[in-house]
Amino acid sequence: MSVETATLPKSPRAYSNIQIAVAFVAAAFGLTILQYIGLLPAWLHRLPETIIPNFAGWLDALFNFVKDDLGLLAFTRFLTEGLEWLLDFSANIFFGKRRFPNVGPIPWTAMAAVAAVIGYYLGGWRLALLGGGTMVWTALIGQWKIAMQTMSVLAIAAPLAFAIGLSLGIAAWKYDWVDRAIKPILSILQTLPFFTYLLPAVIFFKVGPTAGAVATTIYAIPPMILMTTLGLKKVSPEVVEAGKMSGCTKAQMLRHVYIPSARTEILVGVNQVIMLCLAMVVLTAFIGMPGLGAKLLAMMGSFKLGRSFEIGVTIVLLAVMLDRMSKAWVIKQPEHFERGTPWWKRHSMLLLGIGLFSGFTLLSLVVPFLAEVGRGQDLSQGKELDNLIKGFLDIELVKATTGFLRAFLNVQVLIPFRNFMLSIPTPAFILLVTAFALALAGKREAVFALIFFSLVALSGWWDRAIITLYSVISAVSLAALIGLPIGILAARSEKWSQRALLVCDTAQTFPSFVYLIPAIMLFGITDIAVIFSILIFAMVPLTRYTIEGLRTVPEEMTEAADMAGSTRMQKLWNVQLPLALPTMAVGFNQAIMFAFFMVIIAAFIGTQDLGQELQRTLAGTDLGKNFVLGICVSLMALTFDLTIMKWAADKKRMLGLA
Amino acid sequence: MNKFKLALTAGVLSLSPISAFAADSNDPIVIPIHNWSSQIVMSNVVGQLLEMNGNAVEYVTTDSQAVYESVRLGDVTMELEVWEGAFGASFRAALEKGGIVDVGDHDAVTREDWWYPMWTKDACPGLPSWKALNDCAAVFATAETGDKGRYLDGPVDWLKHGQERVEALGMDFVVVNAGSAAALWAEIGAAEADKRPVVVFNWTPNFAEAVWPGEFVEFPAWEDGCDKDPAVGPNPDALYDCGNPATGYLKKAAWDGMEAKWPSAYAILEKVSFTNPQIAEMAKLVDIDELEPEEAAEVWLEANKDVWKSWLN
Repeated sequence: MSVETATLPKSPRAYSNIQIAVAFVAAAFGLTILQYIGLLPAWLHRLPETIIPNFAGWLDALFNFVKDDLGLLAFTRFLTEGLEWLLDFSANIFFGKRRFPNVGPIPWTAMAAVAAVIGYYLGGWRLALLGGGTMVWTALIGQWKIAMQTMSVLAIAAPLAFAIGLSLGIAAWKYDWVDRAIKPILSILQTLPFFTYLLPAVIFFKVGPTAGAVATTIYAIPPMILMTTLGLKKVSPEVVEAGKMSGCTKAQMLRHVYIPSARTEILVGVNQVIMLCLAMVVLTAFIGMPGLGAKLLAMMGSFKLGRSFEIGVTIVLLAVMLDRMSKAWVIKQPEHFERGTPWWKRHSMLLLGIGLFSGFTLLSLVVPFLAEVGRGQDLSQGKELDNLIKGFLDIELVKATTGFLRAFLNVQVLIPFRNFMLSIPTPAFILLVTAFALALAGKREAVFALIFFSLVALSGWWDRAIITLYSVISAVSLAALIGLPIGILAARSEKWSQRALLVCDTAQTFPSFVYLIPAIMLFGITDIAVIFSILIFAMVPLTRYTIEGLRTVPEEMTEAADMAGSTRMQKLWNVQLPLALPTMAVGFNQAIMFAFFMVIIAAFIGTQDLGQELQRTLAGTDLGKNFVLGICVSLMALTFDLTIMKWAADKKRMLGLA
Repeated sequence: MNKFKLALTAGVLSLSPISAFAADSNDPIVIPIHNWSSQIVMSNVVGQLLEMNGNAVEYVTTDSQAVYESVRLGDVTMELEVWEGAFGASFRAALEKGGIVDVGDHDAVTREDWWYPMWTKDACPGLPSWKALNDCAAVFATAETGDKGRYLDGPVDWLKHGQERVEALGMDFVVVNAGSAAALWAEIGAAEADKRPVVVFNWTPNFAEAVWPGEFVEFPAWEDGCDKDPAVGPNPDALYDCGNPATGYLKKAAWDGMEAKWPSAYAILEKVSFTNPQIAEMAKLVDIDELEPEEAAEVWLEANKDVWKSWLN
């Protein structure tokens, strides 16, 4: 079962997809060679400026029409007031902003106690320790108030995203047309770079926590919709039948039959919502979201790496805590009590929580330290950490390694590769991508690739798009070189698989921004710092799916290989890897999606790609340009997504794994 | 305790309209905060002054260019640091659209330009002249720039014109944009370790002067119109062939509805004016002494009573 035979479905036509693809590649080569010997007319190398349509201008006109003439701005500003009331409410509860209902802030000790009780209820002592410990760390390190500013916005944004996602998910499951309308929008939303969410949020929802909450909510909705629909579709007919027989109304069916049966998927959706909300914490700081993100930006702005690091740790701890707790909630089945169990026994955890909460609240009235860690009482070690980091960067070995990487990788590999990619004529590049889609997936995907990349060419941002693509391709290739061997090695034993998956899980909960800090520190402002930050981020799905793919190879197959007397290497290359390939391709696809996401954020380091232009638009009111750039990124990412996912699905079907 | 007193004063003031001369609105005054320390501390200093005046104050973190649009819409009430070089263009554009007013200048002058830390002079003794800098361009070369020197410019959204100047003056430099101020400091910090010569974008007043002593590169002096008329400056065919103004203004700006809504707060804002050493001191309290911004503002206010006493009504 070699790879070649599997990818060559016999086409009834005269020319197979592969043959056409080869012809495309040959044509692309021809064009590139002509370019190198200087015979290619300039208009074939890059589209002439004159024929590039003014998409940005048209979009701007459209936005202004919708915004002012149709009164959308007035409407969203009206919504803003409602949202602001909610945010003020939670802001008062969490950190005592002077607004209705004027009861906060909750003492940190009370919060920590409640977090520990919830942790214990969901997952025993370990989660109790994680929950309480995170809160105690946050308070003692002196970041309680800013952490609560962040939480106060998330406490509104996450439930909003949940509610909207759930309703849309139900609608999409119920009505086919909603499903069909929503699917393409979701794919675009999921690939749209985040800077594209920020500017409209500011314009329509006012700079500050409201815009932050809106951008966060919109960003977190898509997986909730997908998981809801998925869960509802999987509800077994027997359960539905049982509901009908007991005479449920439509609403009762939904409330008591469908949703409880889809509980697992819906809760996985909740987990995703929370994680995406946390991922936005730092980025929304650009549009006035207060809290940890804003502080992190300010600290990095004055080059206080120690303090930045501490804030990074807090964000990670919060993320890990919320992730573990919501995952424990997924697994935890609803408890059932015998009839006649006394009330206090059924709600013992709730009572314990309330008891501890009021206990600590009262106690904190007497002992101020338990209410608020005062100035100078915290344990922050910012300065010491600064010196430690500086000392580390000063070690000869570290300097020599990073210096070598800069000199070798950057100058010998990355820069020539980038220049090469830039030298390929636009039409040749589009042909290459089309050929790639055609060979891997099929005609439909090839047509999409052709249309998508032609649109990118027409947007007028071709060079920057290519530089974006160059960063993505280089980083993912390097990540594959490191991540795949790690995955293969780890998959050899159950114990190491578990450990590696745990590391991947944890790394995935890190907010993306955290990865930029070590990259800048080690490599300064160079391409290699950009690639490095993308690389660590993209390596996670690659490793994880490799392990999962290899571990789920059917045992019969490996046994058959053992019986045939193959060596470990033979077994790996001829049995396990081919069978794991479709799953690994999903990981590869996710790595590419992550890379597209990260390359835009890497604008913070300093890039020359679409991300840099997107960052520039944040400084103004260029909605049209902002959108065009965002769509460019999205179109490129979608091309890969469609092609690779189709290939993986085909392959799975062919191998009988689906 | 301090906060409690303020709240009490605020409460009393709002309950007795006769005692307050100009009845300021009870709505909070929104002060924007950006990502550099002096601005954050100054905003807190003015915010605390306004609280003493009985106003409710809130802070919001925003982008330093986009803030002018927010001021115009009234989402944000004022902006305390309008740097001529960095934000002049955005500010003027907002003035033309309307909704924002110029509330006068600080005493401080601002300058932003190519800058080097002192140790750079050892490798290139002819500095600060730009010609000398160009002659030792090779000293600033990095692996990525080949034999040309590297100049690390500010983030693209600061809209600097390093590239144009390199072309206009025919310099042997490659301009690389840092993604953020943090990236600039990271570069200087990394260079400090082995005293590697660097030339980067920097400005004054800024905390960096206190951490790394250095000087600005002296380019052909700024003349009016250098950014609009090619004939101005040494190169007759190019724009941006001069240095930035060595004495740029530092303005205050406000939403045009502020005077009507918070008259007494507006009167204070008109009087507010800081000098270069005062601003550097504010930045130092945060960047070197590691105080929290609001704490730094309290310390500064305590130490400089004579500066601000006369501003209050």
